[in-house]
Amino acid sequence: MTYMIRTEGLVKRYGDVVALDGLDLVVPKGTILGLLGPNGAGKTTAVRILCTLLDPDEGMVEVAGLDVRADPDKVRERIGLSGQAAAVDEHLTGYENLDMVGRLYHLGKQASKQRARELLDQFDLDEAGDRPTKTYSGGMRRRLDLAAALVARPEVVFLDEPTTGLDPRSRSQMWDTVQTLVREGATVLLTTQYMEEADRLCDDIVVIDKGKKIAHGTADQLKTQIGGERVELIVTNSADTDKARTVLESLSVGEIQTDEQTRKLTAAVSGGADILGKLLVKLAEQNVSVVDVGLRRPTLDDVFLSLTGHATEDGAGDASGTEAVDVREKEAVR
Amino acid sequence: MSTLALAFADGAVVAKRNLIKIKRIPELLIWTTMSPIMFVLLFGYVFGSSIDIPGSNYREYLIAGVFAQTVMFGATGTGAGMAEDMTKGIIDRFRSLPMARSAVLFGRTGSDILYNSISVLVMSLTGLLVGWRIRTNFFSALTGFLLLLLFAYAISWVMAWVGLKVPSVEVVQNASFMFIFPLTFVANTFVRSELLPGPLKAFAEWNPVSAVAQAAREAFGNTGNLPPPEAWSLQNPVIYTLIWVGIILAIFIPLSVRQYEKATRK
Repeated sequence: MTYMIRTEGLVKRYGDVVALDGLDLVVPKGTILGLLGPNGAGKTTAVRILCTLLDPDEGMVEVAGLDVRADPDKVRERIGLSGQAAAVDEHLTGYENLDMVGRLYHLGKQASKQRARELLDQFDLDEAGDRPTKTYSGGMRRRLDLAAALVARPEVVFLDEPTTGLDPRSRSQMWDTVQTLVREGATVLLTTQYMEEADRLCDDIVVIDKGKKIAHGTADQLKTQIGGERVELIVTNSADTDKARTVLESLSVGEIQTDEQTRKLTAAVSGGADILGKLLVKLAEQNVSVVDVGLRRPTLDDVFLSLTGHATEDGAGDASGTEAVDVREKEAVR
Repeated sequence: MSTLALAFADGAVVAKRNLIKIKRIPELLIWTTMSPIMFVLLFGYVFGSSIDIPGSNYREYLIAGVFAQTVMFGATGTGAGMAEDMTKGIIDRFRSLPMARSAVLFGRTGSDILYNSISVLVMSLTGLLVGWRIRTNFFSALTGFLLLLLFAYAISWVMAWVGLKVPSVEVVQNASFMFIFPLTFVANTFVRSELLPGPLKAFAEWNPVSAVAQAAREAFGNTGNLPPPEAWSLQNPVIYTLIWVGIILAIFIPLSVRQYEKATRK
């Protein structure tokens, strides 16, 4: 198999802080690797090293078969980067930005112009193309930034939190774009805090925390790794939370998470639909009325929580993240 | 393409980007032209009316000094521009591209030549209004202007390095004023260096700003009936200026490029 990205034992320190602590990655050609982790996990540091922007303190880094440390210029010819802060010039128009990037990739005058128009069209920016990017919305700027990354049709594309701060429509557009890229043969490494995004896009997921890889696999493998289904129920009155918890404890195979705010309880179970029947009967016996009850496969949020003991900070679960940690602490006290 | 050709081609692309910014924010240019006008009027009337240098028309004598001083101040713009660039995300884009490492610096110093040219043009026009005249010929005057711009270009590289070295745009201004003021005043810009006391005289005579002012003065024919200068540096101001330009560029181009690398690899 041809690997387009390979790192071994990558270490990066900032003073006493270890940003990367021996990270190993491999990304086969034509696939999407998701680098998943909370803020400060080391995702951006890893991307900056892979894109030649930062020297690692230790370890081997290879992109498109080239040693990044020995041959940064050759690597730069073959990669595209779209970072967290849109790297476009605010005084230039969208067209001028893309044209400039084309010229700096040495595509030549004509080809740069043509490619700029082509990309503006592809990213729905043709109408705004001749306005300074200062006037663009956040979503438009991100699209332009991604377009800039694709000017030279790179073989390897790095996307650092490509959808952070985007509205749902822009986010799904971004997902389509990434999928098209890979269909056309590119290899993509993207970082994200969104479980849904990794689940939806990535062939392979590496979960990192504090600069270390803590899990690796497909979304399905990771979910299987932490066990079966989850039963989720929402009680009508918060006064019933404790009773519902007792009932769940008798059926669950793992820990129970409680979100006081949304009155939601989640428990790992095994036994499928039968369990759901038993649960409803027991709840009725205890006179606990529920708004909603259901069985679901574990999400990557669950994976993260069970692997690290803390939820993602900005993950899809929003406030439930910190809540869940609090609950676990309370349980420990008990 | 050779490395050097590549650096210039990429530098030209970056320079174009800097020039587009002027097109988008014309106010930038207005202030660039206001300060030279102010300098010429202020020095021309305040000093020009109260100081007398026997053997010369002082106001004419002083204009070349104002030119030299103003291009020095103009060069601080390079430092401010670099410092500002470094705070922008676009630098990450540049650094992930297969472009010459030095292109951002060549582009910045290159586009600042235009700023300085405009500033020299505006000063000349204002000078003509207050009584300054070119008393030589076109080619001699052209040599004077080119020398001013060449010196400004060299100082731009010093400022680029300062801009990369300090943490913010505001600091660039303050840090550079600290050495531009003494350099432009302890010189023959506004008074004859021969008239200064001991150590100041030596400093002023060998100060490259004096040489630039002297060279311009001679090129424009504004020396009147003054006695010839005593120091070699001022007797051969063109050669002396060129030596300084060479030294500054040889030191500060590599130094700035290295500092750029260092500053961006955080």
